Amino acid sequence: MSAMEVWHYILLAISVASMTAGLVFVLAGAIGVIRMPDFYTRMHAAGVTDTLGAELIVLGLMLQSGLTLTTVKLALVGLLLFLTSPTSTHAIANAAHKAKLKPQLKRHRPEHPADRGPEERKS
Amino acid sequence: MLYGVGLSAILGLLWLTLSGNYTLSGDYPLIIMLGILSILISVGITLRMRILDRETVPIVRAPHLIAYWAWLGGQILAANISVLKLIMRPDVDIEPRLVRVPVDLRSGTARCVYANSITLTPGTVTVDVEDDGYLVHALDKSMTDPAGFAEMALRSDRAADGQRTSEDGENS
Repeated sequence: MSAMEVWHYILLAISVASMTAGLVFVLAGAIGVIRMPDFYTRMHAAGVTDTLGAELIVLGLMLQSGLTLTTVKLALVGLLLFLTSPTSTHAIANAAHKAKLKPQLKRHRPEHPADRGPEERKS
Repeated sequence: MLYGVGLSAILGLLWLTLSGNYTLSGDYPLIIMLGILSILISVGITLRMRILDRETVPIVRAPHLIAYWAWLGGQILAANISVLKLIMRPDVDIEPRLVRVPVDLRSGTARCVYANSITLTPGTVTVDVEDDGYLVHALDKSMTDPAGFAEMALRSDRAADGQRTSEDGENS
């Protein structure tokens, strides 16, 4: 195996690792939207998806495409996400605030399903 | 003038990147002429709207803003991991907070950069923008550290407007 091929495989490994990490964050965002109690906290969970999740996936794709025009275009996509996602998140949050949606501010700590009695768990 | 040339250069680079035309044979001269025409029309409309200033074309502050983004990237990474931990823990235990963060920045660019930075950092979202402060919703009370907000404000202020001089005063 030549040095060039070794370098190619190293790049491939970093790219796959980056995309896998991105997928973990996107999945965590989706799970968070289900688990969080109210609108504002769900928004935070969704924020994980469009910052690190999306950027890591774009980074992985950039490493795959090498030094081509596609890489520059992907970098532009990443920059666009970086600039527009906070603006849209703020627009949604501000709309909720203007509509006088009250955030839930008390401590949220639901009971763990395993701590429930066996009768309750059936229902 | 500087901003007009800067905007044209940025648009030209963007057009070259997206079209991928670098040769001057065949039909390409026509396409490049059309590209230059569209750039001129864009700059002309911007001039007509009189929004061609340091705020729309921040090329003078670009190196500082890019350095700030690098720092912000590190902050986002750390915040993402802490939010990930809060979300994925088997027993959810969060205490959301709505706090007012005082804002004392010199320009609209700095205010915009600061508000977007707060929103971009997972766990905190700017809910309302007021004249002298932002209403910020935080996922957990551990994320409402005033020192963290103050450092972010100071860095975005420096990135957008440079070091504060004595002329600016402390509360300008």
